[in-house]
Amino acid sequence: MDPVIFTTLAVVAKMLLLLAVTLGVVPIMVWFERRGAGWFQGRPGPNRVGPFGLLQPLADVIKFFFKEDWTPRNADKFWYWVAPIIALVAPLAAISVIPFGSHIVIGDQVVQMQLADVDAGVIFILAFAGLEVYPVILAGWASNNKYTVLGALRGSAQVVSYEISMGLALLSMLLFYGTFNMNEMVTWQDRSLWGMIPAWGAFFNPFAAMVFWISIFAETNRLPFDLPEGESEIVAGYHLEYGAFKFAAFFMAEYVAMIMAAALMVIVFFGGYGFLPGMQTMLEIATQQFGLGSAGIQNVTALLQFTSIASKVAFVMFVFVWVRWTLPRFRFDQLMDLGWKWLFPLSLVNLVYSAWLTWFMAN
Amino acid sequence: MATKNISRPYTIAQKLYVFYIIKGMLINLRRFFSGLILQRNWTIQYPEERRDYSQRFRGAHFISVDKNKTENCTACFLCETVCPAECIHIVAEERDDDKNPDGVWKEKKPLSFDIDLLRCCFCGFCEEACPKDAIKLSRDYEMSVSNRDDAIFDLAHLKREINGRG
Repeated sequence: MDPVIFTTLAVVAKMLLLLAVTLGVVPIMVWFERRGAGWFQGRPGPNRVGPFGLLQPLADVIKFFFKEDWTPRNADKFWYWVAPIIALVAPLAAISVIPFGSHIVIGDQVVQMQLADVDAGVIFILAFAGLEVYPVILAGWASNNKYTVLGALRGSAQVVSYEISMGLALLSMLLFYGTFNMNEMVTWQDRSLWGMIPAWGAFFNPFAAMVFWISIFAETNRLPFDLPEGESEIVAGYHLEYGAFKFAAFFMAEYVAMIMAAALMVIVFFGGYGFLPGMQTMLEIATQQFGLGSAGIQNVTALLQFTSIASKVAFVMFVFVWVRWTLPRFRFDQLMDLGWKWLFPLSLVNLVYSAWLTWFMAN
Repeated sequence: MATKNISRPYTIAQKLYVFYIIKGMLINLRRFFSGLILQRNWTIQYPEERRDYSQRFRGAHFISVDKNKTENCTACFLCETVCPAECIHIVAEERDDDKNPDGVWKEKKPLSFDIDLLRCCFCGFCEEACPKDAIKLSRDYEMSVSNRDDAIFDLAHLKREINGRG
């Protein structure tokens, strides 16, 4: 096949697949969030619709779809409509640079398992993650409601404060790897320390991993930092005036942002799509068993790599749910205390440590 | 109002949050697995499973009847008088002699006997006041109605058959 046509087809297929997988994980995640809440709290959770309640998210979607699409009279119509679109588009765009594996071989063509191999991938993600604060502010302000404005102010203050420590934690790792390219980061981590544990970034710089992990909770407005929503204080925060599918867009955006943040975290700190311990053996067994050629080996490798990153992302997502049903919401001043008085100075110190570590490893 | 300062001496470990957060999360992880694997629930699946309430539970009212399906009520108005919510409305009438084999014991009868469930506070005073053990509270707790008129129990509904306390 003509390489140009093949590449075009491959890119379109990857786009559709990425969209389908990401938006397909959202209902599963919603189901797990609610069912998991039940398990954490000693009750069954939603178990009526479908087997194990698995069709509950579908029922929710149908409900959202058939609800009245209502715009408040005094809202700023344009921004009111634009906010949920930005909320959903920004994390989806950021996901496009995340590598889910090295590459697969079809015929004599090589297909990257990444929508766009951007050299400054981390910067690209940070740019779109930074964009996530805009829908909060736009929705809150355009709805023209005091609760939404309160939620928007809280959200913007929180996201901006935590983006600093998140950026610093990421910066220390960028210094360490010496690259912005995510594939190179994963390649760097794809070896083992003393032949046992994988050489993940989190083992070299655990503090940065912790700061980053805390910050992504604040970035994605998840408990214990869900102050922009704060059901018990400001009703539903910035998306209070949204109903029907516009609310569903915000809802999906939250989960897509979680997936995106979890994937970034896994790539920078937990070895990305690098093999988990034991996967090398599986690959060797598969090679012997089926007598694979070099293309076959590469494809099985890609499959195992995808399994690796998917299971790691799933674990981080589980921690999102786990933390949500364990920790209570922070008070706003406590949140700011933690962000500015603890994480920010400590991550500055950590940056110095990381610089030293880089120098130490280089020599 | 003066501010009250309460000093709580925290240890360093408590001030650092981290250890106690991890401790709490591990406790909750145990809860998660006991829910996921052992399916240990504190709740009941309501329409299928029902809670067995106490014999003294005060639910929907009924009026007991004798062997001839005649209500025991003699329209003495004691329940209407004692009712703190004023939800009982009785209109009394003389009972026909030929329909009254019990003679003097049931000379009067209620022409209508309405209980407004929306007003009732289920205190059970009517049951205690009744000299004939006629009005009683059953253990039936499912009293949802779809309009206000349905919430008013009339005599025909109150005479429904209930075994024991339901």
